[in-house]
Amino acid sequence: MINVIVVGNGMVGYKFCEKFVSKSGQEKYQITVFGEESRRAYDRVHLSEYFAGKSADDLSLSTTEWYKENNILLNTSELIVNINTQNKTINTHLDKTYEYDYLVLATGSAAFVPPIQGVEKEGVFVYRTIEDLDAIMTYAKKIKANGATEAAVLGGGLLGLEAAKAVRDLELNAHVVEFAPRLMPRQLDQAASDMLQSKIEELNIGIHLNKATQYIDGEESIKGMMFANDELLKVDMLVISAGIKPRDELARVAGLEVGVRGGIVVNNQMLTSDPYIYAIGEAALYNGMIYGLVAPGYEMADVAAEQILKGDKTMRETIDMSTQLKLIGVEVASFGDPFIENENVTAIVYENKFSGIYKRINVTKDGKTLLGGILVGDSSDYNGLFQIYNNAMALPENPEDLILGSRGGETSSFGSASDLPDSAVICSCENVTKGAICCSLIDGTTSTFSDVVKLTKATSGCGGCKPMVVDIVKATQKSLGKEVKESICEHFNYTRQELFDIVKINKYSNFYDVIDHHGNGDGCEVCKPVVASVFSSLYNDTANKHVTTQDTNDRFLGNIQRNGTYSVVPRMAGGEITPEKLIVIGEVAKQFDLYTKITGAQRLDLFGAQLNDLPAIWKILIDNGFETGHAYGKSLRAVKSCVGNAWCRYGMDDSVGFAIELENRYKGIRAPHKIKGGVSACIRECAEARGKDFGLIAVEGGWNLYICGNGGANPKHAVLLAESIDKETVLKYMDRFLMYYIRTAGPLVRTSTWLEKLEGGLDYLKEVIIFDRIGICETLDSEMASLINSYECEWNQVIEKPRLMKRFTHFVNTDERDDNLEYIPLRDQKMPKSW
Amino acid sequence: MEELLNRYETVNLSAVKIWFKAGEIKDFPSNRGGCIKYKDKQIAIFNFERRNEWYACQNACPHKMEMVLSRGMTGSTDGIPKIACPMHKKTFSLVDGSNLNGDDLKIATYPVKIEGEEVFVGFLE
Repeated sequence: MINVIVVGNGMVGYKFCEKFVSKSGQEKYQITVFGEESRRAYDRVHLSEYFAGKSADDLSLSTTEWYKENNILLNTSELIVNINTQNKTINTHLDKTYEYDYLVLATGSAAFVPPIQGVEKEGVFVYRTIEDLDAIMTYAKKIKANGATEAAVLGGGLLGLEAAKAVRDLELNAHVVEFAPRLMPRQLDQAASDMLQSKIEELNIGIHLNKATQYIDGEESIKGMMFANDELLKVDMLVISAGIKPRDELARVAGLEVGVRGGIVVNNQMLTSDPYIYAIGEAALYNGMIYGLVAPGYEMADVAAEQILKGDKTMRETIDMSTQLKLIGVEVASFGDPFIENENVTAIVYENKFSGIYKRINVTKDGKTLLGGILVGDSSDYNGLFQIYNNAMALPENPEDLILGSRGGETSSFGSASDLPDSAVICSCENVTKGAICCSLIDGTTSTFSDVVKLTKATSGCGGCKPMVVDIVKATQKSLGKEVKESICEHFNYTRQELFDIVKINKYSNFYDVIDHHGNGDGCEVCKPVVASVFSSLYNDTANKHVTTQDTNDRFLGNIQRNGTYSVVPRMAGGEITPEKLIVIGEVAKQFDLYTKITGAQRLDLFGAQLNDLPAIWKILIDNGFETGHAYGKSLRAVKSCVGNAWCRYGMDDSVGFAIELENRYKGIRAPHKIKGGVSACIRECAEARGKDFGLIAVEGGWNLYICGNGGANPKHAVLLAESIDKETVLKYMDRFLMYYIRTAGPLVRTSTWLEKLEGGLDYLKEVIIFDRIGICETLDSEMASLINSYECEWNQVIEKPRLMKRFTHFVNTDERDDNLEYIPLRDQKMPKSW
Repeated sequence: MEELLNRYETVNLSAVKIWFKAGEIKDFPSNRGGCIKYKDKQIAIFNFERRNEWYACQNACPHKMEMVLSRGMTGSTDGIPKIACPMHKKTFSLVDGSNLNGDDLKIATYPVKIEGEEVFVGFLE
């Protein structure tokens, strides 16, 4: 056996072991690890989560079994006191001696404590290990019991801000004290720091910049910090997080070469000045630099493992220090050279103080190369920007699109993953390149996204690269001639359209028949509603027939709201209502103490109905001529209308009458997404019909029919399908359009997205539903007719059948009502109390 | 809010002190959930008939503290039986209560036993 001894049991030491045992030829080696802490290696990057309730075990990177399984000897609480490079042995503080063939120093770093007078006083801590955190917690408890409230963190860098969050989690008032004029001085410019500062201050954390601390005030224990301008900040505790210093003591004693300001000098094989000793992680000085990020440390671990196993992998010349993280809930990222400023560089800056977003990219004057940048408040562009920077990819014509988003057309400013070179590092946590992902798919080692994750570990770190890995896997599969499917979920390897055909041809009417014959597992919250929706579209089965596979809204025929109660929306076709009916709604709301509001679609919404009360509420409404408005379903919600020619002096046609007719025609049909309509009686368009899935506008000689618009988060104007057509033609085209959409759209795909994805677009759609190019119009017509003719009110079904009423009780074993609901007043009505 | 969540703690089968009769099999819909009240607790019980298994967990969604889990949809991920919260679709293992979407919100689970036609849930007190 060849002995490899690893000194240091931190993240990098652990990663070395993990990399080593995964490589071929390692069977002849015995790894022994020494750690001075009492526990297995843990995730120091997420240390502050320890304050937020995570246990030391939660943070642990592995299990005791893992070491056993991989035949690694782990010695915790054992400190190495010296290395004898002549005999190739080490001595531990227990006076034991171990022989090595190769030694790996992964001793990491210690907190740097600036030489400030009084730092030895009680109540001053560093922020580095779980023991440090335990000591901080104990002390915080003690001072809080004495009424003390203030705590400071020295250092406004990454770790300092993490520490400030930790202090706040201990319910102390936190202050961050930074010597530099800005926060995260190595990653952010002044404007970005200002933005971050205001976000952090919103969380009641005090920020004190430009502060040189002269001495720590107090007798035995800390009472305050005295700054250079004689200003005193009164604090009862101080956590120092002002940087790191490499742990190179062992190396020094052993006579290995170390840097002037510390750090064990290594070459690109991670070899120290001794040919049998390697150094990795924050203890290693590579290219004159100490790298305090985990990604370079992991890469060093891999290089050292390769070298010991006689591989030829070496460390890259330049190491990227780009980072993306969430600090105290604020997204922050910086990449490349974030500060570069000279006559050849233009900085493009987007700053939105209202939303707290700052973005800066540094681009060469010719607009061709991205050199670096900073993102605060919204770092969603980071992955795309980092890939462009890291692979020196071409920039879009207007580089500002990279941070402002493309303002024309639909394509992303970042291009697609297929533009990336094979050398592009996609997952920087695990250093996985695009080539590695593609190769494994091409040579058949992997065939799915989850295979790729298992093999390469890509996405298993921070997870930020996941969308890109998914894209690459899809693109590669496509290039291999494999069909890339928008499968519904893990239970069905089919698209919604395929399922539609499967159900139709086999005449299935039960979810479990479909999954047993064509899927696997037990189904889930994704595929069950899809299949239920297909049943409804084919047979117009109401939600009452497929209760088990319907999501909560369809199952209880109401919309679940913030506190778990439901809202009730009776149909009010076209928005028309008689005074008598208005009074009924008012009386129901009063009787059941419901909050009442007019919705955006001209309906009346009654909120706060408890499950137990729903059937009784519906009964009153139905007895007075109402029916369900399907406000809960992926179905026709409403057809909005303007006043119309009956009352409006401009009206050209009867928009109200037509809206009522359309709403009643399509009420109850289920679709991949909710559908809304609008009818305006003139081009003034008071019904906002062009913001709907279908919209009609009265013009000279008939109606203009618009389709595939929507409001919501990504509003789309509807497009013109046919001009000046009569009512009969409108209905014909509408039937076909809706039915074709219902048959072919993916789950939860709106009509606008459906049309975008439809090959051939609007022209093709016209060919299909107007000119019957593929000969399906007759089928579409008859399918829609059967849906229209089989309408039933779901509320009515429930109140007529006591068997169905059983669903609407909160408890199975008692008639009591949910006693957890609490309300507070709101403008003469009420709203759910926030927890 | 915390006080509400503190009411719920996973009970292991070996630790059960009280078997509470929640009802009869026919009271619980198949492949769905039903909620029962036990002292100050609301417990969701799932008759996962397709797998011939029964599960119980807290009815409170740990995310927004609403009493709704019994109204969620049952299913499985990689063979693990799960419940999806109807509010925001976080999914939880019915076996150990862990959050299958990755973050650290967990739910408490309780043992269920069937004797004859009767359904019992295990509690510590």
